[in-house]
Amino acid sequence: MTETQSTASGVEEVHILWISEGMSCDGDSVSITAASLPSIEDVLLGNIPGIPKVHLHNKVLSPTIGGEEFMLPFRQAANDELDAPFVLVIEGSIPNENINGEGYWTSFGNDPLTGEPQTLNWWIDQLAPKAWAVVGAGTCATYGGIHAMAGNPTGCMGLADYLGWDFRSVAGIPIVNVPGCPVQPDNFMETVTWLLYQAAGLSPMIPLDDQLRPTWLFGKTVHEGCDRAGYYEQGDFALDYNSPKCQVKIGCWGPVVNCNVTKRGWMDGIGGCPNVGGICIGCTMPGFPDKFMPFMDEPPGGTVSSAFSKTYGTLIRKLRSITNKTVNKEPKWRHNRGELTSGYDPRWSSERGGR
Amino acid sequence: MAIREEVPAQSRNLTEMSWDPITRIVGNLGIYTKIDFDNREVVECKSTSSIFRGYSVFMKGKDPRDSHFITSRICGICGDNHATCSVYAQNMAYGIAMPPMAEWIYNLGEAAEYMFDHTIFQDNLVFVDFCEQMVGDTNPSLLDRANDTPAPNANIHGFKTIGDIMRAFNPFTGEKYKEALVMSRVTREMFCLMEGRHVHPSTLYPGGTGTVPTPQLFTDYLVRLMRFLDFVKTIVPMNDDLFDFFYEAMPGYEEVGRRRIMLGCWGSFQDPDVCDYKYENMTNWGREMFVTPGVVVDGELITTDLVDINLGIRIMLGSSYYEDWQNEEMFVTHDPLGNPVDRRHPWNQTTIPKPQKRDLEGGNYSWVMSPRWHDKRTGDFLALDTGGGALARLWTTALAGRVDIQSTLGGGVKATGNSVEINLPKTAAMPETRFEWKIPEWSNAIERDRARIYFIAYSAASAFYFLEKALELVYAGETKTFQEFEVPDEGIGCGFHEAVRGVLSHHMVIKDGKIANYHPYPPTPWNGSPTDSYGTPGPYEDAVAGTPIFEENGPEDFKGIDIMRAVRSFDPCLPCGVHMYLGNGKTLEKRHSPTLGIGVDDDE
Repeated sequence: MTETQSTASGVEEVHILWISEGMSCDGDSVSITAASLPSIEDVLLGNIPGIPKVHLHNKVLSPTIGGEEFMLPFRQAANDELDAPFVLVIEGSIPNENINGEGYWTSFGNDPLTGEPQTLNWWIDQLAPKAWAVVGAGTCATYGGIHAMAGNPTGCMGLADYLGWDFRSVAGIPIVNVPGCPVQPDNFMETVTWLLYQAAGLSPMIPLDDQLRPTWLFGKTVHEGCDRAGYYEQGDFALDYNSPKCQVKIGCWGPVVNCNVTKRGWMDGIGGCPNVGGICIGCTMPGFPDKFMPFMDEPPGGTVSSAFSKTYGTLIRKLRSITNKTVNKEPKWRHNRGELTSGYDPRWSSERGGR
Repeated sequence: MAIREEVPAQSRNLTEMSWDPITRIVGNLGIYTKIDFDNREVVECKSTSSIFRGYSVFMKGKDPRDSHFITSRICGICGDNHATCSVYAQNMAYGIAMPPMAEWIYNLGEAAEYMFDHTIFQDNLVFVDFCEQMVGDTNPSLLDRANDTPAPNANIHGFKTIGDIMRAFNPFTGEKYKEALVMSRVTREMFCLMEGRHVHPSTLYPGGTGTVPTPQLFTDYLVRLMRFLDFVKTIVPMNDDLFDFFYEAMPGYEEVGRRRIMLGCWGSFQDPDVCDYKYENMTNWGREMFVTPGVVVDGELITTDLVDINLGIRIMLGSSYYEDWQNEEMFVTHDPLGNPVDRRHPWNQTTIPKPQKRDLEGGNYSWVMSPRWHDKRTGDFLALDTGGGALARLWTTALAGRVDIQSTLGGGVKATGNSVEINLPKTAAMPETRFEWKIPEWSNAIERDRARIYFIAYSAASAFYFLEKALELVYAGETKTFQEFEVPDEGIGCGFHEAVRGVLSHHMVIKDGKIANYHPYPPTPWNGSPTDSYGTPGPYEDAVAGTPIFEENGPEDFKGIDIMRAVRSFDPCLPCGVHMYLGNGKTLEKRHSPTLGIGVDDDE
């Protein structure tokens, strides 16, 4: 998957133009402030060696008063007047503006000439073709997410459904999807860090899977990283939420969901999902949420696999229990008697008061 | 940068100015004002937002047990408040109480949420409006004076002058700005210990939580809480110094964002000894919450009864893009106590969008409806605000005088009838500290901001008590965290909670085992509502209209800092304001367009 071609030749400054005006809750913007590996200030203040200087334009964190002062770099980018390449980050799903009559679903600023609201879709149409890279932050922007649930009124979708799955940025990079509801803080910042190294000419093309996710973050399942998976193996399942055991029979979809939260935790190793008692509801997945609802019922496929595991797992658990008792006893040569029984043959007299 | 237009008015020379989008808040908010620069006053204000997601549509017909997972996604900064409130409403509908351990875990999680959210909002978002860079841009002479004014509490927080305090909050470079970012992470780690993930929790379920109550869980929380305390002990006096300086240096600043005292608080932190989630007992267990629910009008506490609060809620139209639901289905005609429930109550609301042109001059201009509270004494429908959350919580709790908790670990809170005393235990670097929040003279921008910092201390102090109660259960081996339940075919529920920025209610109706109606009312519809059918303006509009202008810039390079301070003091969170709206948004801008801060003529 990894291509070795370098896509940039040592960019020294990069703007991050972050638009959170999709169908979202702004939870992904809030999430990045939780990141510590690296933190947002690590990236902005030059605490990561080798990356270009970064100018972040994000509504939640912007020091500007708002309005046009905030909109300026976005307008400059649309007019090819920005002084450096930019990474376009989209947060929230993209509504279908073909089905809204003469109205609009969501807007970002007003048109300077007409005063009409400028839609998110207009901005994406303007900026994506000029962006050095395009990144979807969170499951809404990547695949549609909660607002694209069955019965939704806006017809919203993810970035790749809007721009096309074969979209390439001016640097030849596909859309980069970092799903999660919200996005896991460090997953996002780590992806940005790779792209910044790529912009600096120091890293190769970011490796993405067929759903455009970074492979090293989403290549394994929740279950593969879960510290409760051992219970599954032994056919030992939680039957309600009081139990610290494997939750697949009470709603956890971990065995089939691509996500590293059980390995990484939520913040610096703290928290997570099934590892701390929260069923996996598949929030990183293209099929989220409909394919996982009702959330608190056992996944339909789970009955078969857990039945197998119950059969052999119960036996294994018994055998392990026997071994566990054995290894819970110290070896018999650890004692305070007047003799050494460890098997060592001493050259001196080992018995007190000997000869 | 503001957009400017000259609008000749009959008697005053008014300039239209707008800011869209407003930064450093969550969600999409536009503020449209008319300013009288000759008399340095905002004459009129309209607030608007434009994004439709359609939550009420998703929820109809869904499994009721999905509702806290779904409603969490309404908000990206306080999603857990929604999840918690939804669990409360579900508990009532399913007829269950939660095991005591679960309640303490919820309380510890929500306390951490208040600590996190108030910290990042106050220090990383609101305070940019008070930092050296901003004040230098808007009020250079004020900055000069700040640099010459010693900080009264310098011996505690270490910043010698008011100017030094302002510098400490310069974005990304100021010492306290950076420390606040770090502290916002420590407190979110505390949150994740209890609720799994921030901002959409993973471990909450109706009936309790999947969080495993080990000694490690509570030790990990306690150690982080202690690490947070030194920050709290310095930040409260820093805020006091700065806000007192504003009053002193700019006489009349109390008028910025000021409105009549009409505050609502729906209560927070359940006491498992009394809370059984039965509607019939709600008056009692509501009053035992560790933040007292209530309504304060003109300084008087007129109720602390959640049943009164519930029955008084009315959802009005008047300037919103909806058709009325006068002829739609009544879901709940009487509450479980036999009291009649109004057609305009959330239980009986049906949302019928009617997209139309935006008309800021006497027509409809908002997708936000107008929640009001019916004052039985007068018959008025009050446009309550939340004071950004903290102000109303402290005010009702202080007046009610009920909360009195003291942990043997050292933290405690006591409501005195006219103040709230907050005790924080000794840390390695700083002594035991007592703060006292006193009921202020005004409901204005400065007092909303000041209350926020005191409520951080309140939450930290309360957390010691919750920790102690949880540890008692650990020591006693009472570690059950979840109560089994069955979803009834028919049922109703309501949950009352405090989102970080104020009142939060969830009302649900179950029919045939599915969600038949679900209406969350978060703080922002209350605060950001438009003028209602009785002509009563919403709180943002009301608070900004009449705000005097202290900014030294003229119309040409006007930033609108005083207006922004007034608006941000409410802690606007627009995803909450617009979560339930759907339909074809069709907006025609009557007014003029932004042109990078340069005034243009309004003749197109």
